[in-house]
Amino acid sequence: MDLNPALQTFVAECDELLDQLELSLLQLEHQPGDRELLDAVFRAAHTIKGSAGMFGFNAIVSFTHGLENLLDRVRAGEVSLDADLSALLLRCGDHIKSLVPLAVDDRALDSATIALGESLTRQLGAIQVPLEISLKSSTVNELAALLDGGAIGSPARTASLANDFAVLMQDDEDKPFAVAVNPYWSISLQFGPEVLRNGMDPLSFLRYLSTLGDLVSVETLDSRLPPLADMDPEACYLDFEIQLDSSADKSAIESVFDFVRDDCAIRIVPPTRKVAAQLAAVATHDNGSAKLGEMLLDVKAVTEHELASALATQKAEAAVREAGEAPRPLGKILIQDAAVPAAVVDAAVERQQQQRNAKAQESRLIRIDADKLDQLINIVGELVIAGSGTQALAARAGAPEVVESAVSLLSLVEQVRDNALGLRMVAIGATFQRFQRVVRDVSQELGKEIELSISGAETELDKSVVERIGDPLMHLVRNAMDHGIEPALIRVASGKAARAQVSLNAHHDSGSIVIEVRDDGGGLNVEKIRRKAIERGLLSANANPTAQEVRQLIFEPGFSTADAVSSLSGRGVGMDVVRRNIEALRGNIEIHSEEGVGTTVLIRLPLTLAIIDGFMVGLGAARYVLPLDSVVECMELSGEYRDDVAGRGFLNVRGEVLPVMRLRDVFDIADSGARRENIVVVRAGGLKAGLVVDELLGELQTVIKPLGKLFSYLQGISGSTILGSGEVALILDVPGLIKRVENARSPGLAVV
Amino acid sequence: MNTDWSTAYRLGFRGEMNIYAAAELQQQVQQALRAGGPIAIDLSDVSEIDSVGIQQLLLLQRECFQTQRALRITAQSAAVEEVFNLLNLHARFC
Repeated sequence: MDLNPALQTFVAECDELLDQLELSLLQLEHQPGDRELLDAVFRAAHTIKGSAGMFGFNAIVSFTHGLENLLDRVRAGEVSLDADLSALLLRCGDHIKSLVPLAVDDRALDSATIALGESLTRQLGAIQVPLEISLKSSTVNELAALLDGGAIGSPARTASLANDFAVLMQDDEDKPFAVAVNPYWSISLQFGPEVLRNGMDPLSFLRYLSTLGDLVSVETLDSRLPPLADMDPEACYLDFEIQLDSSADKSAIESVFDFVRDDCAIRIVPPTRKVAAQLAAVATHDNGSAKLGEMLLDVKAVTEHELASALATQKAEAAVREAGEAPRPLGKILIQDAAVPAAVVDAAVERQQQQRNAKAQESRLIRIDADKLDQLINIVGELVIAGSGTQALAARAGAPEVVESAVSLLSLVEQVRDNALGLRMVAIGATFQRFQRVVRDVSQELGKEIELSISGAETELDKSVVERIGDPLMHLVRNAMDHGIEPALIRVASGKAARAQVSLNAHHDSGSIVIEVRDDGGGLNVEKIRRKAIERGLLSANANPTAQEVRQLIFEPGFSTADAVSSLSGRGVGMDVVRRNIEALRGNIEIHSEEGVGTTVLIRLPLTLAIIDGFMVGLGAARYVLPLDSVVECMELSGEYRDDVAGRGFLNVRGEVLPVMRLRDVFDIADSGARRENIVVVRAGGLKAGLVVDELLGELQTVIKPLGKLFSYLQGISGSTILGSGEVALILDVPGLIKRVENARSPGLAVV
Repeated sequence: MNTDWSTAYRLGFRGEMNIYAAAELQQQVQQALRAGGPIAIDLSDVSEIDSVGIQQLLLLQRECFQTQRALRITAQSAAVEEVFNLLNLHARFC
C-alpha cells in the first residue's frame, strides 16, 4: 500500500479514533450517561465522517452519517444507550474499521461488506424510527387537520401541537451537514456610488468573474435606484446576486474584486461542498498554535482580507465598549460580516479547544524514529564496553588516580545506558486496554458474565517486548475465560459471585517485569492433568511429581485439558506456544492454581532485550556468555563424574538424571589436555542439562549484538558481545543447546 | 394601460451609453417619461453600454411600471445583447 502522507494521516487518525470510540463505548457500559464519554464517541464518528468526506470516501461517509445521527440522538437523550445499542455501535465501529483499508486502496466493497453495512444501517435506522413515528403519526396528522382548517381542539392542545411542530422543524438545525444544499458560490455585490466616477464599471468585474467559472445566474438588483428627480446619472446604484459554479477557492474569487474592494461590499458564501470540505479540513487541522482566524484561513473558509477586516472590526468595537464588556468574538464577527458558515466556525472553535487540550499533553512528548533510538542504544552499548576496557587498562597501569577516574566514568556511562534504555520503555496499559473488548465479546459468546480488571497499566517495559507480548496474553486471557471460568450455574452453586473476574496485572520485580493473568474460576484439576500427562507419555506412570510440577505440565507441547474443543481455544496449539513465545523474549512462565478458587499465570520478562545479565565461561582461550537467568548451578566435574560424562552422557546429580554435553564437542574445540573442568547446569523450557566448560569466569553485564545474516543457520549461538578487553564472546543459545541434547538422547530427560 | 404601439414614444439611443454620456442619457430618459404613452426603445445603434446605461434603462422601466405605461425594446445591437446576457436582463425587457 503506497499512500501519500495525507492518506497515511487519515488511516492513522481513523485507527486512533476508532480505538477511542470503542474504548469510550466500553467505558460507557460502566458509567452510563457520562456526558464526556458520549461526546467523545460522537466526536470520533463525526471526525471520521469529516475526514472521509475530504477524501471522497463516500461509503464511509454515508455509513458514518447514520451512525452519527443516532449518536446525536443519544447525546440529546432521545435514545437511551442500553447494552443492545452499545453492541450495535461497537459492530458499527468494526464495520468502519473494515471500510477504511478498502477505501484507501480504492477497492470495491464485496457483497458481504455491503450487506453488513446495509444491515447495520437498517438497525441504526430502526432505533431512530419509534420517536419519529410517535411525532409524525399523531402530531403531524393532527397538525395537518389543523392547517386545513379542520376542527381545532382545546387551546392547550393547540399549543402543545405547535411546540411539537417546532421540535420537528428544528430537527436538523445546527448540524454542520444540514446546511441547505447549494452547489454554487453565492456572491453578493453592493457597489458604492463612486465606483463609476472612479473609472470602474461593475460589468467588467462580472466579465472577469466569468473567467473563473460559470455564471449560473446573475440577478441585477435595482432597489437602490432613487426617484427620478434624485438620480445622479454618474453614481452607481446597482447590486448583484451571483451564483458561480467554480472550483476556485474563496481568495481567488475575492481577488477578482481587488480594485474595487474599498468601494464595494462583497459577501462570498461558499457552496455546500466547500463547507463540507472546510469542516473536514477543520476536523483534521493540525497546527497546535493556530489561532481561530489562522485556522479558518488555512482551511480557506475566510480570505486574508476578510480576516483582517474582521480583526479591525473587533478592535474598533473593543475600543468603544465599556471596560469589562466582552467584545464580540472573532468567530461571531466572521459569521455575520464575512458570511463564514456558522458550522465551520463552530467546528473550528471545537477543534481549537481539542488542540489546546492535546497540546498540554503533546508538548511533553516527542516522537522519535525507533531506528534512531536503536542506534543510540547501540552506541551506548559500545560506550559501556569501551568504558570497562578503559577500567581494565587503568587497573593494569596501577595509577590510583586513573583507576578512580575510570570508575567514576564508568558509573556515569552506566547511568547513561540505563537512561537510554529507559527511552525505549512504554507503558503496558495500551496492550491491556485492548483486552476490554476481547473479554466483552468473548464473554458474550460464551454466555458467561466476566469482568476484566486491570492494574499496573502504567508499568513500563521495552517496546519490542510489548509488541510481542500481545499474542501470548491473548491466548492466556481466552484460556482463562474459556477453561478457567466455570458456567454461572456452577459458580453460584459453589458459592461464588455469578459475575466472574479476570484480571491483568503488571509490576516490576527486581529488574524484570511480572505480568499476571488471574481468574477466579475453577482452577486446575491436578489429577486430570496427571492422567492426561501419563496418557500422552509426558509423565511415567510411576513418577511422583508434586502438584506444582504437575500443573507446569500444561505448558508441554500437545497438552490440552479441555474436554470440549471450543471455537476459542483448546485446539491443541496451546500453552506450549505461549511458553515458547515467552521464552523467546527471554522470559519464563509459571502457573499457580488452587482448585475451586482460581488460576494465576505469572509471566516474568526481562525489562529490555538489549542488555542481559550474563554468566561468562571459558573454553581454552575462548569466552562464552550464558544468560544468567538460565544458569541453575555450577559444580566441579570431579573424577567420578568425568567417566560418567564420557561414557553415558548423563550424570546422577543428587538422584536426578542430568544429561550432559561437552561444549568442546559442540564447538569442536581441540582438547588442551588435563585441566580441571566444571559443569554449568542450565535450564530452559522446563528441561535441565549440564554443559561442561573449562573455567567459570563470573557474572557480567552483556550488551547483546545480533549476529549477521551469514550466521543465522548457526545452532547453539544466539548473539555476540564485546568484552572489556575488546575480545568477542559468543552468547550461547541455551534452549537451542538443550534441544540438541534432547535430540541426541530423546528419552529420559529430567522434567523439572 | 395604453398598449397602442403606433402611438408609442420612440426613444432611440445612439453610440455610447456609458459614463461619458451619463447626463445626456438621463435627459433622454426624462424626456421620454414626460411624453406620456407607451415607450418603444431602439438600441440598435448602441455601440457600447455599461452600468450607467443599464441604470438608466432600469430607472426608465421602474418609472413606467409605477405610472402604468407600456415599455418595450424594439431592437438591440450586439453590444447590448452581450450585456443583457451577462446580467440576465432579457426577461425583464423583452
